[in-house]
Amino acid sequence: MIVEARGVVKRFGDRVAVDGIDLDVPPGVCFGLLGPNGAGKTTTLRMIYGVSRATAGTIRVFGIDIAREPRAVRARLGVTLQENVLIEALSPVDNLRIFGRYHLLREPALSQRVEELVDFLELRSHADVPVQRLSGGFKRRLAIAMSLVNRPELLVLDEPTTGLDPAVRLALWARVRDLRAAGTTVLLTTHYMDEAQRLCDRVAIVANGRIIAEGGPAALIAANLAAEAVEVDCDPGEEAGLFEGAPPARHRLRSGRRLMLYVDDAAPLVDRIHQRDPNNRRALVVRPSNLEDVFLRLTGTSLEGA
Amino acid sequence: MSLSPPHALAVWRRNASMYRRIWMLNILPNFFEPVLYLLSIGIGVGAYITQMGGGTYAAFLAPALVCVAAMNGASFEVTYNIFVRLNFEKQYDAMLTTPIQPDDVLVGEVLWAVTRSMIYGSCFFIVVVLFGLAPSPAAVLVLLVIPLTGLLFASIGIAFSLRIQTIDLYSFYFTLFLTPLFLFSDVFFPLGERLSGHWLWVAEALPLLHPVRLARNAFAGHAALTVAWDIAYVLVVSLLLLAWSRRTVRARLTS
Repeated sequence: MIVEARGVVKRFGDRVAVDGIDLDVPPGVCFGLLGPNGAGKTTTLRMIYGVSRATAGTIRVFGIDIAREPRAVRARLGVTLQENVLIEALSPVDNLRIFGRYHLLREPALSQRVEELVDFLELRSHADVPVQRLSGGFKRRLAIAMSLVNRPELLVLDEPTTGLDPAVRLALWARVRDLRAAGTTVLLTTHYMDEAQRLCDRVAIVANGRIIAEGGPAALIAANLAAEAVEVDCDPGEEAGLFEGAPPARHRLRSGRRLMLYVDDAAPLVDRIHQRDPNNRRALVVRPSNLEDVFLRLTGTSLEGA
Repeated sequence: MSLSPPHALAVWRRNASMYRRIWMLNILPNFFEPVLYLLSIGIGVGAYITQMGGGTYAAFLAPALVCVAAMNGASFEVTYNIFVRLNFEKQYDAMLTTPIQPDDVLVGEVLWAVTRSMIYGSCFFIVVVLFGLAPSPAAVLVLLVIPLTGLLFASIGIAFSLRIQTIDLYSFYFTLFLTPLFLFSDVFFPLGERLSGHWLWVAEALPLLHPVRLARNAFAGHAALTVAWDIAYVLVVSLLLLAWSRRTVRARLTS
């Protein structure tokens, strides 16, 4: 196992941030920790790379106890923090060089690695411009390049694409896939379920400091929900009239007026709704069930379960 | 002990890389500042003072101003700069994703502050020599006093920076701590001749007093008994403050 966590607890005073997490990240996979803000994802990552010490439990990374030998572990992993930490007055190349020196890289290996990363993350066009003049997407690519400077065996990404535009997100996902294909293990946190679904081989859903479900994205969906989701606007009082005669949904979620019904075959239900609402004033949507639905069902926050 | 000298040096180099961009802008005022002081106070005010400390007033001022330059060089670095790196830019959080540990961060920052005190102090010293105010070859020994001054004020400034919650408190540090030290630490007049009895002992607590006395002894080529006491003061106070800072840095960066 690349990461092996057992019974990990983290308390800050009276507050329990992580409440007994077990985690196994095998080599070569992309593993996602999913959960809302404040679920304990970042705290878990901080314990894995050894800047936060677990209140209870053990974490081994590359088989090494992180509490005993943080330097040895961190020499072999890379971390992209949630917020970019860059030296704004310096260029991307200078930022990369300084970060390389934190890993004690020497010339000529340092310059060679910096050049590789400038190419890999497509930083060439502004490689010598002060970072403060660069766009958000460019800065994020640079931050990720910096965490790769030591050719990490494990790459830790804390919300890699939060706040980025779709084109930049797609490009970053492609780079992460390249890395995984080259044998790098990736551990990321996200609250974007589409990111997890497209990128991750395995995901663990975290809520209130605990892992409440774990598995491959498709398997998690299949295990928790029917295959198709039908979304429609309707007040609770209108349900009886609207769905009369349609087969009952296997699961349902409600968020305000929006009702989501999960069924194995959406056709009969959709026909029924079309008959009652031919002009689609209820904004009917039919789509495959996804991780977001699983997440909403399992966490149930502000939604009624079924 | 978890200090790794190569990693501490990497922290030092980070600051050096940033400084290299602005060093011309930074060093030039450093040459002018002593010239202005020596002209205005040393020669201007000094014209009304026949002698002080056994020589001209400018010669009395010169060694003390070298220490003030070293104090300022270290203090600029460990106040606003460190506060921003720690609290706003989160630079240390990024360092700690690499093999760098909190002890390396602290030592790297202290080394850098000492380096800057040496840049400032030695610039000043060169001007003093050009003015012919350091006739004794022993004055060169002040180059050892400069890093000691840097160490002392790096240690004080870092402890203060770790202690405060808001950047606005630095105005107190500069106006109510460094400025009074500058005015009352033997720089402009011999403090010992204005004080008597137990006040003399109280004055020994002033941090800047000790480097200034060391610098005067170097310029005069004196090997006084106070030299040992002054060096001991600087080292002991610095080490005590750094020991406290070490605990605090660890707690702040690895929660």
